[in-house]
Amino acid sequence: MAPGALERALRQRRSAGQKCVVPYLTGGLGSWGAYVQAASAAGADAVEVGIPFSDPVMDGPVIQEASERALRAGTTPSAIVDELGRTDVGVPVAVMTYANLVDRAGWTRFASSLAAAGVAAAILPDIPLEETGPWCDAADAADVETVLLAAPTAPDQRLERIVGRSRGFVYAVGLLGVTGERSSLADSAVVIARRLKAVTDLPVLVGVGISTPEQAVEVCEVADGVVVGSALVRRVLESGADEASADVVAEVVGSFRTALDAG
Amino acid sequence: MGEPDATGRFGEYGGRFVPETLVPALAELDRGFRSAWADPAFRSELDGLLADYAGRPSPLTECHRLSAELGVRVLFKREDLNHTGSHKINNVLGQALLARRMGKTRLLAETGAGQHGVATATAAALLGMECLVYMGEVDMARQELNVFRMRLLGAEVTPAMSGSRTLKDAVNEAMRDWVATVEHSHYCLGSVMGPHPYPWMVREFHRVIGSEAAVQCRDLLGGPPDVVVACVGGGSNAAGIFSGFAEDPSVELVGVEPAGGAAVGRGVPGIVHGMRSYLMQDEFGQVLEAHSISAGLDYPGVGPEHSHLATSGRATYHQVDDGEVVEAFVLTSRTEGIIPALEPAHALAWVARERASLAGRTVLINMSGRGDKDVAQMMDVLADRI
Repeated sequence: MAPGALERALRQRRSAGQKCVVPYLTGGLGSWGAYVQAASAAGADAVEVGIPFSDPVMDGPVIQEASERALRAGTTPSAIVDELGRTDVGVPVAVMTYANLVDRAGWTRFASSLAAAGVAAAILPDIPLEETGPWCDAADAADVETVLLAAPTAPDQRLERIVGRSRGFVYAVGLLGVTGERSSLADSAVVIARRLKAVTDLPVLVGVGISTPEQAVEVCEVADGVVVGSALVRRVLESGADEASADVVAEVVGSFRTALDAG
Repeated sequence: MGEPDATGRFGEYGGRFVPETLVPALAELDRGFRSAWADPAFRSELDGLLADYAGRPSPLTECHRLSAELGVRVLFKREDLNHTGSHKINNVLGQALLARRMGKTRLLAETGAGQHGVATATAAALLGMECLVYMGEVDMARQELNVFRMRLLGAEVTPAMSGSRTLKDAVNEAMRDWVATVEHSHYCLGSVMGPHPYPWMVREFHRVIGSEAAVQCRDLLGGPPDVVVACVGGGSNAAGIFSGFAEDPSVELVGVEPAGGAAVGRGVPGIVHGMRSYLMQDEFGQVLEAHSISAGLDYPGVGPEHSHLATSGRATYHQVDDGEVVEAFVLTSRTEGIIPALEPAHALAWVARERASLAGRTVLINMSGRGDKDVAQMMDVLADRI
């Protein structure tokens, strides 16, 4: 299939000899629409928007707290997708959520609603390769790119199958563990990025445990870019998740952009 | 009750909806279990522990006074008499031996009422393994005694502080831990739920309940009972006893859910904790909190094989409320001298309620655990009566 909007944007950055920054923000948290726009304006190549689920098993304490706050504030999957449809983000958007919210809405209906809202891609961390069938059929039909995760535990043969099915980019899980900040870059982050680069031309972005611009620069000696979640969302939570938190988002995303551009 | 299909499904339920990191570990576990289960040496070691350590076979008790009271012939399969006080030890000994065989040194577990946590801590002590148990903060307060038991046995108990802070959140925490420690830890899941191969493997480790009961019923009755009844949270004790009778279409299989945690009765199919199964959820797919008097059944989901048994009609599932459970708890204590755990008291409550339609029939109830752990809680509930 022809590359979608997300893959094109990331390839374009890579072709320019630069690295990709994809910040993650929790939908429904505070003035999240403004945060998404601030991230875009600060140099993000795409923005990942989380649709909160009650039982996020791939997420550590920061994203859990953000999800719980957003849910208590009354957010719903359709409210988030609708707002994305009304927002001109300026860069491609990928939603990240869990299988049950998609299943409840209906695979096809959910994929169509993303396409209608102009969402480029979806990341579903509890749908591993073997369970992708019905979702990928629906997503392909709606021209929504499905980004698959590749973990350090996968044997080489499995990595090849994952990159064969992934679209947009391949999400390299940087360490054994759930989302969250770590004091130093795990060795496994560079290793998984290198293993993936060896088997695919798709952009390889490392997420989970990328906490500082310095760590991003380190892993991008091999990888094509990074996904930054907990480090950003923690700052949003600490700043009160109000309207002014958009400035914090701009500052954090900008710091990653600057560091990576300086290389 | 046979094997799930190649994708780990019973009918359309089951599967493996987990973070990518865990997929290779689940495939390894599937291979490890198949190899162990087919290995006479493994079976013989497990059977030896079940007999000499856990106290199997558990007796079948004919309940004369309760039968007279209800007008229904009632038999109990006495899993309450196992070491650690419930059926949970069957599965835990199997998984702990399997983990050791696979070279894992640390057992992870979730627990609701604490029975599975105590059983896992026990197996870890027996085999000299590390043990970490996640337990909802709310449940830790409700089941202080079991928290102390686990710690006494050398296990670490960590509160699950997110969400409803009960069993489902303890499962989330255990899965998160396993994502980080999968190389040396085994997740000793406590029910017939979760990603493949757990629902199948845990049922096989509990099959001993049904196999023994079928022989014991044949000796006592000359054949199977008319009805087999068990409580259902995740559904492990029910799956174990059902497995001894499911092939005989003359035997009615009944699962009893708490009204406040009735995945089959009040849920719709969904995906959580690695499986597709019936699930209590809202219109958007957010998982609802279960509420029941029994911490062990406070679970919004159910094992996928139960969803299949319900959909196919082979088993039926019913609900009882907390008030009925309390009455059954007292009735069984007074008529049989057996203080049941609140979980099997759900099965008893259904039989008591349905006594008219069950009149003259023989009912086998899985007495899946003893009530000692619930006594402190019931002192408050029954304060004005006892």
